[in-house]
Amino acid sequence: MPIMSEDILLPEGAGEKQTTTLNLGPTHPATHGVFQNILELDGERILKATSTVGYIHRAFEKIAERRPLYQITPLTDRLNYCSSPINNMGWHLTCEKLLGVQTPKRVDYLRVIIMELARIADHLICNSIVGVDSGAYSGFLYLMQYRELIYEIYEEVCGSRLTTNIGRIGGFERNFTNTAFEKLEKFLKEYPEQLNEFEKLFKRNRIFMERTIGCGPISAERALNYGFTGPNLRAAGIDYDVRVHTPYSSYQDFEFSIPVGTTGDCYDRFLVRQQEMWQSLSIITQAYKKVQEFKGQEAEVYHADTPAYYLPEKKDVYTKMEALIWHFKIIMGETAIPPGEVYHAVEGANGELGFYLISDGGRTPYRLHFRRPCFIYYQAFPELVEGGLLSDAIITMSSLNLIAGELDA
Amino acid sequence: MLTFAAPKDMNLKVLQFLYDEESLSFRFMTDLQAVHYPDRIGEELCVVYHLHNLRDNVRIRFKVYTDVQAPDVFSTTALFAAANFMERETYDFFGVNFVGHPNLIRVLNVDEMDYFPLRKEFPLEDQTRVDKDDEMFGR
Repeated sequence: MPIMSEDILLPEGAGEKQTTTLNLGPTHPATHGVFQNILELDGERILKATSTVGYIHRAFEKIAERRPLYQITPLTDRLNYCSSPINNMGWHLTCEKLLGVQTPKRVDYLRVIIMELARIADHLICNSIVGVDSGAYSGFLYLMQYRELIYEIYEEVCGSRLTTNIGRIGGFERNFTNTAFEKLEKFLKEYPEQLNEFEKLFKRNRIFMERTIGCGPISAERALNYGFTGPNLRAAGIDYDVRVHTPYSSYQDFEFSIPVGTTGDCYDRFLVRQQEMWQSLSIITQAYKKVQEFKGQEAEVYHADTPAYYLPEKKDVYTKMEALIWHFKIIMGETAIPPGEVYHAVEGANGELGFYLISDGGRTPYRLHFRRPCFIYYQAFPELVEGGLLSDAIITMSSLNLIAGELDA
Repeated sequence: MLTFAAPKDMNLKVLQFLYDEESLSFRFMTDLQAVHYPDRIGEELCVVYHLHNLRDNVRIRFKVYTDVQAPDVFSTTALFAAANFMERETYDFFGVNFVGHPNLIRVLNVDEMDYFPLRKEFPLEDQTRVDKDDEMFGR
């Protein structure tokens, strides 16, 4: 006698449609950071995503309330650690805005060089990681060695590589050495070729295109409403760039264009970042040319004349009374900050990085708030991935360039 | 930057007006956070909105003061999707109760936390204290 389907006893509810709950993160290697996403899956399709953040929250805003201004710079390093110089410079610029410090042009141009190098380092990682997550590992290996060159330039300027703590309020801690400029020249000479090769590997690659076009798209309107900034907003088609809208550090002296996308999907984000690297290279070349035009005494200028905030040279501290007093006052954090309230934004690698600083006339900020672009656009992540496939969520995540340090502050 | 304040019941009306009025069109919320002023009795908490008109490139700062005993402020999530996490963060650190927020829970701190750490009544640890056994961290 044949077995009828009625004869098989299945547990109750087994015939109904079932979904799987998957915990993606917080320590999953594919999330490239401490992110947790609880995904409700139907097969491989994501029905619902819930993101949990805060795993590496370090209460920087609270800690900053006890620190004199110069001690807050190392905290900003640890926001977006792929491009810490931009954070450092943003913080110095915020302080300078509050204190009313005017920086010399040469300092501005040197800062632009460092910031654009940092932008390249950040975009380079993001784009090559998108490659890794879509199955093309080699592009990452090609480009990664050029981040090393950038780090060597940082090292030559400030002595450290990842968490740079670069610059001071008013300028740089020391003048750029010839070695630093030589390394910069080497980078400017070698990188374009490599970037071109990288681009050739991906840009019209059939597999890459099929993998990323239409993956995690967002409309311009939604992106604006979600507070997107930076490459992710520009990929959706809005040409908002802080460097152009509110120029800081003499960005108005440079010629560059803002690349924009149309669909806001992973492919557009990739292309926008790729194009921004070319633009950054052009800005660096222009800035380097401008820096070279300073001759004689002018070429020795690397900081503004603000003795109350800029540490005097060590040999002066040992020989001059005034320098010793300033040195002591700065190191002990005894300089009162003028009361005021400023918001200053810079174009970070991920978008508008803002610092909202309130001072009540004490030695430390009364309140400091970081506007972290990552934190704000990460809330769109569930909307971007819902309805898509699980593997698309991974690429979407890396192409948004989520940095846990920046997200959690 | 132009800064102005409004009564807290008016915040949604003000933001809606700034959003809708064609000549203003502040349609981008740059930032939202709070500040605690323990000495201002009756308006201890200040919620600060930074808005941006991208077309004319104008930024404004808008403040709303609230009593710390009844920190209820209307949520702007219906107007700006960006406000979702930022309001959660403000609630997390200052305890501002955003009325109408779809999911007002802690975002960066642990869920079990029962205080609001960025308020001024919670000082940072005294750096000169000696009673703490902290040999693990070499202090």
